[in-house]
Amino acid sequence: MRLLDSVAPSRPSGDTGTPALGIRGLAKRFGEKVAVQGLDLEVPAGSFFGLVGPNGAGKTTTLSMATGLLRPDAGEIRILGTDVWADPTAAKRLVGVLSDGIALFDRLSGEQLITYHGLLNGMDRETVKTRTRDLLDLLDMNEAAGKLVVDYSAGMTKKIALATALVHAPRLLVLDEPFESVDPVSAANIRDILHGYVESGGTVIVSSHAMDMVQRMCDHVAIIASGRVLTSGTVDEVRGGRDLEDVFVDLVGGRHHTRGPEWLRTS
Amino acid sequence: MVAHLLSLRLLVLRNTLARSPWQLVAVIAGGIYGVGILAVVFVGLAFLGSAPVGLIKTIVVLAGSATLLGWAIVPLLASGIDQTLSVARLKIFPLAPTRLVAALAVCGLLGIPGAVTLLAGLFTAATWWRQPGIALVALLVATLAVLTCVCASRMIESLNAGLSAHRRYREISGILLLIPLLLLGPAITVLAQGLRGAAATLPVLAEGLSWSPLGAAWSVPSDIALGHPGTAALKLLIALATLAIVVVVWRRSLATALVSTQQPASKSAAAGDIGLFARLPATPTGAVAARALTYWIRDPRYSRQLILIPIFPILLFVNSRTLDLPGLVTASGPVVAVLVSLSIFTDLSYDSTAFAAHLSAGLPGRADRAGRVIAVASFAVPIVVAITVGSVAVAGSWSSLPALLGLSLGMLLTGLGLSSVSSARIVLPVPAPGDSPFAAKTGAGFTTSVTTFATWGVLLLLSLPEIVLAVVAGATGSALLGAITLMVGLGLGATLLVNGVRIGGRELDRRGPDLLARLRVQR
Repeated sequence: MRLLDSVAPSRPSGDTGTPALGIRGLAKRFGEKVAVQGLDLEVPAGSFFGLVGPNGAGKTTTLSMATGLLRPDAGEIRILGTDVWADPTAAKRLVGVLSDGIALFDRLSGEQLITYHGLLNGMDRETVKTRTRDLLDLLDMNEAAGKLVVDYSAGMTKKIALATALVHAPRLLVLDEPFESVDPVSAANIRDILHGYVESGGTVIVSSHAMDMVQRMCDHVAIIASGRVLTSGTVDEVRGGRDLEDVFVDLVGGRHHTRGPEWLRTS
Repeated sequence: MVAHLLSLRLLVLRNTLARSPWQLVAVIAGGIYGVGILAVVFVGLAFLGSAPVGLIKTIVVLAGSATLLGWAIVPLLASGIDQTLSVARLKIFPLAPTRLVAALAVCGLLGIPGAVTLLAGLFTAATWWRQPGIALVALLVATLAVLTCVCASRMIESLNAGLSAHRRYREISGILLLIPLLLLGPAITVLAQGLRGAAATLPVLAEGLSWSPLGAAWSVPSDIALGHPGTAALKLLIALATLAIVVVVWRRSLATALVSTQQPASKSAAAGDIGLFARLPATPTGAVAARALTYWIRDPRYSRQLILIPIFPILLFVNSRTLDLPGLVTASGPVVAVLVSLSIFTDLSYDSTAFAAHLSAGLPGRADRAGRVIAVASFAVPIVVAITVGSVAVAGSWSSLPALLGLSLGMLLTGLGLSSVSSARIVLPVPAPGDSPFAAKTGAGFTTSVTTFATWGVLLLLSLPEIVLAVVAGATGSALLGAITLMVGLGLGATLLVNGVRIGGRELDRRGPDLLARLRVQR
């Protein structure tokens, strides 16, 4: 499935050398707890980038700071050359966000929610209308368009959140756990949409736990743990011929070789 | 099992408090307040000991019946007061309904409201300090009655949970129940006038209630003291039967609730029907206004506040009649203006983290502020004007209309400006989206009240010019001063509103991410 023309990102103009997302020396702490410490990351423009790491590695914190939703303690973040924290308005125009653990205005119907996000971005009524219809088609959500988002299942909520991230045709998509609780068919459809988006010149960053899926779907990957990038590069470089999951477990550590306590074995 | 649930309950309370020292302060303040009430109850009941037994009976039975009724009504108003031990959360564990009933009853008794009621109930024994035998009986029946309170409350909650599987029912029923409660005051005032001569009916009422499940337990000690052991035994039987029936019904409904799930409602708009978004201008400001207005209609946390609008004029009208102050009803306009304009004083807290949508869209702070103000103003201005004109018509004082309009509209505009600034600064613990609008978070009451009163104070200060002018105009009856009040109210109000939107917008632009971080903690 090709990405529908109305929400395709405009082709990057000229300089293809600028990374879609460049992070240098990023740091953030919450009280005593250090969430991100000196993180450097470069996401090439036009890549399908996977960000993987164990729970609490700082993925969500990093992505929140990269998209202007959380103020970093130190470090520099550039989206397609624009400094996110020096010129947030210009940077936010370039990026679409699906955050994990963030509420939606869920008393609106799905259609109203996409419209709302479109209008907030300053688009005119006709464009918003066309794109809303396209996105509902694309995500196979026409049935549920008129229902309140609060009554959606978890998977449908993810899909409508993805639609709100796409409506202003961003050049960079940042998706935090986009496939959590999404059924396999919808997940496959979303993957197609994202591939279409990358082919037409956009950049996608996906954070996930599902190594298998990242290995198949992404062309670049970074493994982060304890607020640092352990390794980063194309998927083939990082894998080095092995399974991504094995590389991940070796790097991150913490694998136990035990079969659980005696009482849990039923036979 | 009972001990497990109880320790879980206390652990949740402790962890909630550990998250914020201010909540701890609030809980302590609440605790002191509760202890104070208990002390007053204790002293009052001890003094009552020297009164005639008939009077003791009337007072204890009436108060006791009211307590039981209160416990039974509360779960209807606030579905999920105690979310920690709600059936939905305990469903996944392999618990037999009978043990669950026992555990929940004990937890209910030892929770803060349960403990306060239990202590107050046990204090009724103090009335009988001259007759230790009866005092002992009083202790026993008080425990029985309070246990009935807790179980009845849980029974109603559990029965209600079955009905309220539909979200819309849940939201509407809670709000509709509020209306009679709010009107209880004026109703009592009206009734009291009729009752003033007939204070003799209260003992009759108490006698009646003492034979009903509501008051039976409470009248046992006084019946013994009056020398009717047979009657006392019969009433004890009624009380025991009440408790037994309540527990059985509760257990059955619990057993049903443990094996059923909530079905989401499925009301759906037609394709392309985007409601208010199609009617308001397609600009960021218009979109925010459309969103806010949609929430005023759909979100019970907002629509609940709309109910206060007609209630206050009614209250003032009744009081102006009973107190023989015809001018009192004209306070309706300004009062409603204050209430409505400050209803959004902590609007961001109601958004919760959904506010991130505004932040990621790079929405200018001013558009956010203006949209919210326009949404409220669109219904508040006509309502306030209508109420002001209506109140003047009722009071028959047309000459005071300009001054009152100036005061009402001035306060409305000023309040909206103030809300624009305050809601960009203040993040309060409010019920999360989808929660019952009455489900207060632990400790939220105190912080929220202090902040609310502070905001009211600031509003009064800011609108001091039109308040003074309106009072002087009213006192002198000068038409010129009335006209001046109208001009000052509109002019000053509009200026403050514009500045409020500008300052609040700048604040939002500067500190948006930090506000979002605070909203995240609040979740």
